[in-house]
Amino acid sequence: MDIGAVLAKYRDKPGGLIEAYHAIQKELNYIPREAVLEAARVFGVSEAQAYGVATFYSYLSVEKRGKYIIRMCESAPCHVAGADEVLKALEDTLGIKVGQTTPDGKFTLELTECVGQCQETPVITINSVPYPNMSPDKIASVLAQCT
Amino acid sequence: MAQEYRIVLANAGKIDPASLDDYLNAGGYKSLEKARAMAPKEVIELVRNSKLRGRGGAGFNAGMKWGFVPESAPVTYVVCNLDEGEPGTYKDRTIVENDPHLLLEGMAICAHAIRSKQGYIYCRGEYPYVVEHLNRAIAQAKQRGVLGDFDIEVRMGGGAYVCGEETALIESIEGHRGEPRFKPPFPGVAGLWGKPTVVNNVETFANLPAIIKNGAEWFASIGSPSYPGTKVFTLTGDVVNRRAFEVPTNTTIRELIFDLGGGIPNGKRFKAVQIGGTSGAFIPEHLLDTPLDFDSMRNAGVTLGTGAVFVMDETRDIVDVVTRIAKFFEHESCGKCNPCREGTFRSYELMKKINAGQATPDDVQKLTTLSKVMTKACLCGLGQAAPTPILTTLEHFRDDYQRRLLAAIS
Repeated sequence: MDIGAVLAKYRDKPGGLIEAYHAIQKELNYIPREAVLEAARVFGVSEAQAYGVATFYSYLSVEKRGKYIIRMCESAPCHVAGADEVLKALEDTLGIKVGQTTPDGKFTLELTECVGQCQETPVITINSVPYPNMSPDKIASVLAQCT
Repeated sequence: MAQEYRIVLANAGKIDPASLDDYLNAGGYKSLEKARAMAPKEVIELVRNSKLRGRGGAGFNAGMKWGFVPESAPVTYVVCNLDEGEPGTYKDRTIVENDPHLLLEGMAICAHAIRSKQGYIYCRGEYPYVVEHLNRAIAQAKQRGVLGDFDIEVRMGGGAYVCGEETALIESIEGHRGEPRFKPPFPGVAGLWGKPTVVNNVETFANLPAIIKNGAEWFASIGSPSYPGTKVFTLTGDVVNRRAFEVPTNTTIRELIFDLGGGIPNGKRFKAVQIGGTSGAFIPEHLLDTPLDFDSMRNAGVTLGTGAVFVMDETRDIVDVVTRIAKFFEHESCGKCNPCREGTFRSYELMKKINAGQATPDDVQKLTTLSKVMTKACLCGLGQAAPTPILTTLEHFRDDYQRRLLAAIS
């Protein structure tokens, strides 16, 4: 991916830094260190400011992540609907803990706050696509869809 | 028996949301035409007289908010808050997924009233599919020329709850960390890029086409007089019908949960309902006959908020749920002001201690004092509202806390 070209595309857009980060993350699933440094130069802000923006938003990540980012909602409506059991099943099936990536680089497991699908709790998202009404017994078949 | 009354969801399920023609055939963009034939001042007056109040939670008169924008300002902005970060809330998504052009038309009516040429929709990062849906609708509207010289751009948020606060949202559109600004100046005077800006919630904008079409008196006569119209509520938790309902604002909490919501599943009994999102009050059974309007709720010592309705049955552990909520605020505090940054951290620490059955009455006293200080001392609505679940459960569900304290003694 040509990071310079992506940044150039958003350079003249007012407030385009976050848009540029979204565009980079859409391709790479995270924002590499060199992209943050380059963004600081292109948008004329300090490296601290560019890093500050990249790390303020929980949706953006400066850590390398897997091909599929699984996020378990931990807000109250999902919590009472059994989010902890679903999370445990995810950890057991994937063999990783929250915040980790599988050794083959396929899955990253994260927690998130509400994803706005509270009509069918508990909810996980895989690369932002919601999977509602989750239960431990559904994990295997949902993960099997990730190829 | 309570019934739905649909204004903002009138087209839901009846038109194809992806079709501009469907929206036009249902009378769409006629209100914008009508508004544009009026003087901007007249439009503001009409909206003010309709008594439409902000549907994002603060309940401020929309027309009055627009009136703060100086008439002489050469550049102004219309900003739509689609950040919808309050857990349990999915109303704005429901409105936009069903009827995207209704939002665009509402924003364009506001744009005419404050002489704006540029609008922004700030959509939460968790809804990338809604961003795509809106961009398609905007492209259709532009191609057909229905928006005239008013342009709308969608900006995607990054999963920060605090960006639902209007000045934090503005900071985020500007490409910064989403930290709230000191007020005044208010956005109506100095908002996006320092220019006068109106920030309204999706549901507020979505009410405008019907108000322009049917008039201020029509709207003011629906529901409760001081907070007229309808409100969209999203049901979640232990309730049979977990979906969005649009009801007149004089509907009571009981009617919403038991008539429309179908009551509590599996033959269990009601214990509590948290209304308005995760920063909302926990409401016990004896307040269920409160009407769902801003002032009635406030007078009952509870909150209307965004319209999230999180129902809990008799088996739910209130202290455990509030501990989880305290964790939410500890995570979402932006860190700009001390009372919130330190307060949410200590609240979560104390709630964890209580939840683990290791707290003393002195800890509960400390938590109460801290909560009261936060409601007064925090810079923005996040920190001011964060203690609401703690204070209202201490008031209405004290026994749940007492049991944890007894566990600590034994």
